[in-house]
Amino acid sequence: MEHTVSLRIDGVDQEVSVDTRTTLLDALRERVGNTSPKKGCDHGQCGSCTVLLDGRRHLTCLALAVAYDGAEIVTASGLAGEGDDGELHPVQQAFLAHDGYQCGYCTPGQVCSAVGVIDEAKRGQPSHVTDDLEADIDLDDDEIRERMSGNLCRCGAYVGILDAVREAAAR
Amino acid sequence: MTARPFEARSMGTALDRVDGREKVTGRATYAVEHDADLDEAPLHAWLVTSTTASGRVLRVDAAEALAHPHVVTVLDHTNAPRLADTEDRELAVLQDDRIGFRGQIVAVVLAETSEAAREGARLVRVHQEAADASVSLDGAETYAPEEANGGFEAATDQGDFDAAWAAAPVQLEQTYSTPLEFNNPMEPHAATALWRDGSLTLWDSTQAVHGVASTLAPMLGISQDRVRVQAPYIGGGFGSKGLPHGPEMAVALAARWADGRPVKLAVTRQQMFGLTGYRTRTVSHLRIGAEPDGRITALEHAAVGQSSAVKEFVEQTAVPARMMYAASSLRTSHRVAALDVAVPSWMRAPGEMPGMFALEVAMDDLAEATGIDPIELRERNEPEVDPETGNPYNNRRLVECLHRGADLFGWQDRPAEPRATLDGDWWVGTGVASATYPASFAPGNTARIIALDGGRYEVSIGAVDLGTGSRTVLLQIAADALGVDPEAIDLALADTDLPMATVAGGSSGTSSWGTAIAQTAQQFRADHGEHPDPGVETTTTTDGYPSTDHALHSFGAVFAEARVHRLTGEVRVPRLLGVYSVGRVINPMTARSQLLGGLTMGLSAALFEDAYQDPRFGHVVTQDLASYHVAAHADVRDLQVEWLDDVDELATPMGSRGIGEIGIVGTSAAILNAASHATGVRVRDLPATPDVFSS
Ligand code: FES
Ligand code: FES
Repeated sequence: MEHTVSLRIDGVDQEVSVDTRTTLLDALRERVGNTSPKKGCDHGQCGSCTVLLDGRRHLTCLALAVAYDGAEIVTASGLAGEGDDGELHPVQQAFLAHDGYQCGYCTPGQVCSAVGVIDEAKRGQPSHVTDDLEADIDLDDDEIRERMSGNLCRCGAYVGILDAVREAAAR
Repeated sequence: MTARPFEARSMGTALDRVDGREKVTGRATYAVEHDADLDEAPLHAWLVTSTTASGRVLRVDAAEALAHPHVVTVLDHTNAPRLADTEDRELAVLQDDRIGFRGQIVAVVLAETSEAAREGARLVRVHQEAADASVSLDGAETYAPEEANGGFEAATDQGDFDAAWAAAPVQLEQTYSTPLEFNNPMEPHAATALWRDGSLTLWDSTQAVHGVASTLAPMLGISQDRVRVQAPYIGGGFGSKGLPHGPEMAVALAARWADGRPVKLAVTRQQMFGLTGYRTRTVSHLRIGAEPDGRITALEHAAVGQSSAVKEFVEQTAVPARMMYAASSLRTSHRVAALDVAVPSWMRAPGEMPGMFALEVAMDDLAEATGIDPIELRERNEPEVDPETGNPYNNRRLVECLHRGADLFGWQDRPAEPRATLDGDWWVGTGVASATYPASFAPGNTARIIALDGGRYEVSIGAVDLGTGSRTVLLQIAADALGVDPEAIDLALADTDLPMATVAGGSSGTSSWGTAIAQTAQQFRADHGEHPDPGVETTTTTDGYPSTDHALHSFGAVFAEARVHRLTGEVRVPRLLGVYSVGRVINPMTARSQLLGGLTMGLSAALFEDAYQDPRFGHVVTQDLASYHVAAHADVRDLQVEWLDDVDELATPMGSRGIGEIGIVGTSAAILNAASHATGVRVRDLPATPDVFSS
């Protein structure tokens, strides 16, 4: 059954026709033509499909599009300025500087996740490795590793990703 | 003309990846992200797979699926387009009713949307007749194959092993094993296919565009120039995308059926465990005879692996033992069982990874048996010439790697006895292992250089950048070979319309393509001089690079610290260091990432990766990323790589050797050796999961 949802995607309001079974990920990739979020597993197990949904990082393969009418989505593409010389988000610049990727397939998800992580820490959200739940969050290496663990990278770019997130968080 | 060595200007510098912006924004387009290049909305394909391990398809009942809205057709062996050649049973999909393993493609649903295709696939009823199946390597009948993967001899025998073994004062006899391992690149195997006017266009997730075209074309009964394959971006492969697999043929057949309408197929993560290759389980039986001072006099490596009755694949597990250490008698062999299971294939460092795992844990066993420090033991067994060929080595710097690593890692502080350090609830230990990989070179690569206006050059070769950085590194090679800046070069890659290139695999890509580019650049200068007229061009093909009677291999030393929880058996690896001798490093930034990536995959294999087979049907039940564990970010702690200053112009005119695979070699062994040193519990089977230590 087709249904229309209103989504604001990378700053542009769009009416998107979806099947009731369409995930947010497939809506973006197949119906809107925004392939910045990637499909690595379609089961919420890899993080490749991560976007910022109403400001928070979110797995789009585990979300049915019909449930998100009116939502605002920012993909890794939308974090950067348009075109070949549009300005990159500081997290993206840090990924380039520290070579936090190889094949690039997990990368848009990593980038969106990192933006979310930095924001979550600023807002004082603890993680599994946070000792003091009252204090401000110090986004140290253990915190970054823990919080970024939902984004798998089979190319094994974790060392560069860690350096990139640490640098971006310090800005 | 053959290529000559040339001056390094850009080579050796950390030129930024030229495709970084596309990757960090997600604007890079992978195999099923080419809708903008299509003039019609594509059909979506979904695979239906067998549920019996052996037998026949009696009937595919598609009635319900076809009644589902937006389902267009269901192809099976009765109505799919026919192939001209069906000898390769892995690739001859939908051609007959035979079932060779559970998970084999038995139908393809085509629909207007992916949702309908997926639901259609669920609604297809496949009536199957099951025959007896043999699905487990344990107790299976094995045979000696003609040869092993890579064209290696299946068995070798030098000197009198039996006599040397019988006479050896120290005898070590043990079995080491590695489990089924799955490449699991983050981008699932996928392709967009368009059949139009008798020609096939594929946007494929492949490590070898020409390889796909030359394999599929004769099977499809068309000439190779009617198959165009492009692979601008690949989301990893690690070997699984090195050879075409069943899904590529499935989407090609679907496109042929849809004649004129494009078709997209993305294999699901679950289906990848049956259809896109994997590393076979390996069981290595080693016998090492040695003098009390650790010198090896007899070495035997007998490897058993799993193959598939559908198509043979023999992991060359015992091959590295042929050249690694000095031994006056040396015997190696491979045997495989042809099971009714999915077809194994290449996974990062086939042969070297499991073979060096076995040999390097065995060296630790020998160190323990003789009471000699593991580094000293390896030094004492350094061969003067290549044990297999008797040829001299060029640049065998294993001992330097070991020494440099020992210094960096603080090896001298290591207690000789195992189970010596308890830190809180954690046993702490360190381990070392050697790494090696041959300097592979594939002849037959062709490159083309055209002079453009304004001192610019177009350099073309059909090579694929599977994510490692070839697009950047080949630019550096082309620039130096032509004696210009990288900015003066337009590099075109990854398209069969470009000159022929061999696979991005076996750590041979940069060496082989780079040599073709260098040779062409040098010929171009000889033909057209330093100031060529725009439009002039030169194309050359490599026969080889000046042959040498030297043995050419890369080497490395991997050091690991392991902490094993004394109650739960959980293993953590706080430190991992690899020191390598790999010839010239062309781009230190991409090279570091590649080596770190190899170490990470070795860590993943050491601690996590294991696949459980259903004993009745042989398929893998842990067929997703929640149950087949790969290293996640928090598993990776302090990882370091370093390389020796090196230039090897016997290997390539760039002075480089391949680096794609050596990072995974030896890594799992170093970690298990460290865990054994920590706990005093010797582990000879991968992976080292907590249960191994907690009993
Ligand atoms: S595709 Fe969504 S988590 Fe893997
Ligand atoms: S960069 Fe390839 S999977 Fe992360």
